[in-house]
Amino acid sequence: MGYKAQFRVWRGDDESGELRDYVIEVNEGEVVLDIIHRLQATQAPDLAVRWNCKAGKCGSCSAEINGKPRLMCMTRMSTFTEDEVITVTPMRTFPVVRDLVTDVSFNYTKAREVQSFTPPPDLKPGEYRMQQVDVERSQEFRKCIECFLCQNTCHVIRDHEENKEAFSGPRFLMRVAELEMHPLDTADRRDAAQDEHGLGYCNITKCCTEVCPEHIKITDNALIPMKERVAGRRYDPVVWLGNKLFRRSSKKS
Amino acid sequence: MTAGINAPGRARIPVRSLRTDRWWLPPLITNLGLATFVIYATVRSFMGEWYWVDDYHYLTPFYSPCISESCVPGSAHFGEWIGELPGWIPMGFLALPFLLGFRLTCYYYRKAYYRSVWQSPTACAVAEPHAKYSGETRFPLILQNVHRYFFYVAGIVAVINTYDAIVAFHSPDGGFGMGLGNVILLINVIMLWAYTLSCHSCRHIAGGRLKHFSAHPVRYKLWTFVSKLNVRHMQLAWITLGTLMLTDLYVMLVASGAISDLRFV
Repeated sequence: MGYKAQFRVWRGDDESGELRDYVIEVNEGEVVLDIIHRLQATQAPDLAVRWNCKAGKCGSCSAEINGKPRLMCMTRMSTFTEDEVITVTPMRTFPVVRDLVTDVSFNYTKAREVQSFTPPPDLKPGEYRMQQVDVERSQEFRKCIECFLCQNTCHVIRDHEENKEAFSGPRFLMRVAELEMHPLDTADRRDAAQDEHGLGYCNITKCCTEVCPEHIKITDNALIPMKERVAGRRYDPVVWLGNKLFRRSSKKS
Repeated sequence: MTAGINAPGRARIPVRSLRTDRWWLPPLITNLGLATFVIYATVRSFMGEWYWVDDYHYLTPFYSPCISESCVPGSAHFGEWIGELPGWIPMGFLALPFLLGFRLTCYYYRKAYYRSVWQSPTACAVAEPHAKYSGETRFPLILQNVHRYFFYVAGIVAVINTYDAIVAFHSPDGGFGMGLGNVILLINVIMLWAYTLSCHSCRHIAGGRLKHFSAHPVRYKLWTFVSKLNVRHMQLAWITLGTLMLTDLYVMLVASGAISDLRFV
């Protein structure tokens, strides 16, 4: 059964903008992205929106719906009441290009700053052999679709523009953790996590985990284990003494 | 409101948040819960009485281990190491600072009080009220990294609490006895163990720090066990605040004579 929904959609560019009201038809089984497409087709042909797969796998249609960072294609209209006003805005952490489209190049810059996978020098591609049990932790992080909702909701950069230089954000700290836990990665990424990617800025308030559409336990499985590894490297005199006395390297374990 | 969401180039939206749900409720409940425990624990720690039931050997966890000459006879399970304490020093002074440190640096409680007390952030996608933010990069918050040391001490205190719960199976004639107080003490100590072992530092130490689980099958099993508990760390954090208060309240009521212990054996 269809009904007319009240939408408020942010329209504007990097200099000015406003929330505009629309009344749009909604049919059973639709998601917010369907309504935005109908709006584009019937009332606002110049509305800018980024989208691709409509299946929650490409990470393109990230936006904020009623103030919550979400994928438009994965937000069912049935989760709202028929008389509810639904507000759709672009992500508020990144510079806006136009309407619902933001410039997420910050994330690509941060991605390039992460040292790439570093296998042992004597191992050629095709010779990699790993036990499933050793790669399971890293595999969880490979589910990331790079929608950047975690980056968008993280208050470290959302509320403090000046921290963008020092802080890579949960997505890329998770990438560092993924490689640090990888059985064939030989690089020690603990110092870089703290000094170059700003792990210390994270105060583990778990908003990244809350908004992740892939339900990756970013905080519990990536950021906190990474913080513990850094604590072992930088702030634990007993570990330091043990490494010295027994001449051990934690990278081998 | 911070300059972040109003920074140049970002969408001009002149409100702190467009969230329509009651995002302020969880931090409010957290504040009330934490305040309740802090007030109760402070009052009881400094009260200096009704912490030991001599007939049944019930000792409240807030006074364990009791190691001074101020402790009532029988309550000092590990001996009286020091003389009388002035009233401004709690009798559980040996363990309390470490237990407080364990919970203050706990990864769950950090989330809870950063959100509710410090409002950094109050809720997800709600602008925080602070102009500057340096997280845990500087003193004093960089000290959160010592959590593992508090975990070690909390493990020792859990052993002491377990001992207290075992010696409490005591009847007034000196033999074995069991009452409702024993059940409460036992549940409390089980929950304390569950909370302590579910700690993120414990998970790291058990096996999380390894790169090759396949080379350390026993530690992998340990890590798997702790990981299962770790998922419930938040619930256990709150449950143990509740069991600690209830256990202490029950011992206080029995010790003061307000109620009598329900005896089974």
